[in-house]
Amino acid sequence: MIHTLAFYLFATLVIASGTFTILSRNPVHSVLWLIMAFFNAAGLMVLLGAEFIAMLLVIVYVGAVAVLFLFVVMMLDIDFAELRAGFIKNFPLGMLLAVVLLVELVVGVGVYRAGALQLGVADGAAASPMGLSNTEAIGALLYSRYLFLFEAAGIILLVAMIGAIVLTHRTRKDVRGQNISHQNQRRPEEATRNVKPEVGKGVQL
Amino acid sequence: MDWGHVLRLIASEELLSIAGLALLLVAAWAGDKASRAISIAAVAALVGAAVIVAPHLCDGASASSVFYGQMRVDAFAAYAKLLIYGSAIAALMVAPVFFERVKEMRAEYPVLVLFAALGMGIMVSATDLMTLYIGLEMNSLAAYVLAAFLRNDERSAEAGLKYFVLGALASGILLFGMSLTYGFAGSTGFEGIRSALSGEISLGMVVAITFVLAGLAFKISAVPFHMWTPDVYEGAPTPVTLFFASAPKVAAMALTMRVTLDAFGTQVHVWQQIVIFASLASIIVGALGAIGQTNIKRLLAYSSINNVGFILIGLAAATPQGAAAMLTYLAIYVAMTVAGFVAVLMLKDENGEPVELIADLAGLSRHRKVLSACIAMTMFSLAGIPPLFGFWGKFVVFQSAVQAGLVPLAAIGIAASVIGAFYYLKVVKVLYFDEPANKVTGKSDWAHQALLALATLFISPLGYLLTKALGALSATAAAALFHAA
Repeated sequence: MIHTLAFYLFATLVIASGTFTILSRNPVHSVLWLIMAFFNAAGLMVLLGAEFIAMLLVIVYVGAVAVLFLFVVMMLDIDFAELRAGFIKNFPLGMLLAVVLLVELVVGVGVYRAGALQLGVADGAAASPMGLSNTEAIGALLYSRYLFLFEAAGIILLVAMIGAIVLTHRTRKDVRGQNISHQNQRRPEEATRNVKPEVGKGVQL
Repeated sequence: MDWGHVLRLIASEELLSIAGLALLLVAAWAGDKASRAISIAAVAALVGAAVIVAPHLCDGASASSVFYGQMRVDAFAAYAKLLIYGSAIAALMVAPVFFERVKEMRAEYPVLVLFAALGMGIMVSATDLMTLYIGLEMNSLAAYVLAAFLRNDERSAEAGLKYFVLGALASGILLFGMSLTYGFAGSTGFEGIRSALSGEISLGMVVAITFVLAGLAFKISAVPFHMWTPDVYEGAPTPVTLFFASAPKVAAMALTMRVTLDAFGTQVHVWQQIVIFASLASIIVGALGAIGQTNIKRLLAYSSINNVGFILIGLAAATPQGAAAMLTYLAIYVAMTVAGFVAVLMLKDENGEPVELIADLAGLSRHRKVLSACIAMTMFSLAGIPPLFGFWGKFVVFQSAVQAGLVPLAAIGIAASVIGAFYYLKVVKVLYFDEPANKVTGKSDWAHQALLALATLFISPLGYLLTKALGALSATAAAALFHAA
């Protein structure tokens, strides 16, 4: 019973937040709706007993979207005063969303306790070994059977990093960086000078 | 699984990745001053890797699957890897002179080439869709960066961006096809796909094969997925263009062979018509598109599209002879590409600026006799005119098509190669019979001269001395591909 209820709750909210993501006029609102959609998709994954993918959705996607959000804020010309102006007006909506998320959290934990949804019969090839959580099962495969691919994927990420640095990094001549060892090596004798300027004349530094 | 044994089998990949990582550290500490030393070390690593894989080619029987069937170390992979490493060495040798002139020789260039070669090595050994994709992406990511390596040059940046956007699209199409394949075959391994496809084929699987082939056709720049090639080849720095036109072509072609002949090997009739179409379209579009070109790099780009068409004729035959013919053609194609682009690199005006317009080469034969002779030989060889080695590649490919009963395909191919001959001969005419433009006066580097001499010697009539050895190696490599059949 709680499974069915939770499924419809998560599924409806995924679709609803997805729709709002594309319908919002304000890009910041779009991003927030997208985060909402990711949370609910994670809830659906919990429902299936795939808690690893659920965590991945929250950590990777919501995390990445948060970063994306920062970029949006930095690059778009958004008037924050105008955004804050509607605070009282939108307060009930915000509270409503907060309550929905809270309810989802409770339902999600409840469902997870009640065990995964049984969708048909596992054919044996895809089922995780008995007694292992699926995070452990994935880890056991990733670091043994798929070790080569895992390491190769690591090198791909390294290549991407080298690429980003090669294409964007440049040493600028016009900025003066701090050289700490140089600073520490300075002696008072070299840094200070005793001069006795005549009246009306400047000092050569 | 015996780890020691497996690690010995993939020693070339290990060597390249360790060399890449170590040289990256050297690059980080020593900076761009050490670029030349790093390039030399990278060449040494590639030579070492080639020495490691060579025994697998000579001893055709020693094929073995590693990592639960995700990779296969066999004569076919060894043959392709030797060509890839050779092209990568050429791309490293010609680079320093070119980049130092514009003060853009950075230490990351050899490192990226090493990682690209590593990715291509994984591509040609892949017998699993996941391995295939990982190798392909490793190569592609390095390639996108290499295309945009001259950051201050607008054309280079444009080439990099174009290559990246279209490459990402192609990867998406390929992934879509691969996920459909997995869905219908229930396995990502080529063995599993092969046995799942042995009976009647479902419509969904046909769609999957079409998508996979479309993604691969982009990587080998076969028509109708060729549009990026001229722009990227023209915009990318010439040493990088040399690399793009040789190594990734070999890798993607070898990958296509393994996917079609191994994984989809039981459903030849499904993909054969796609390959025949791509092959004829590439030959014709490559030949017609080249006619109007004024830039020699664009001309060579169309020429590579044209050559891919001829290579695909061997694939359409779907026989071991066809595969062997493709491999022979690939080796000759790499030599012709290296000769062509090294010659382009040697075309410089008195300030050392590269000369790329065909019109500026007018009458080059008056004062640069050897260089002109090399370009002329490359052009004749690309056109497939008999005394030169390029003819042999076309000959074996057409022969295999005729033996497989594809006479109309071979006939149209031969007819279209006559159209292709027109623009190759036009370059020769400009070189020898036009009034001198006296644009090309710059000196060239010994590394360029040595490479050009070596590649030209290979495609000269002397190359025919190698036909027997090349044929035997190609046959061993092709036989490894048909192990399951």
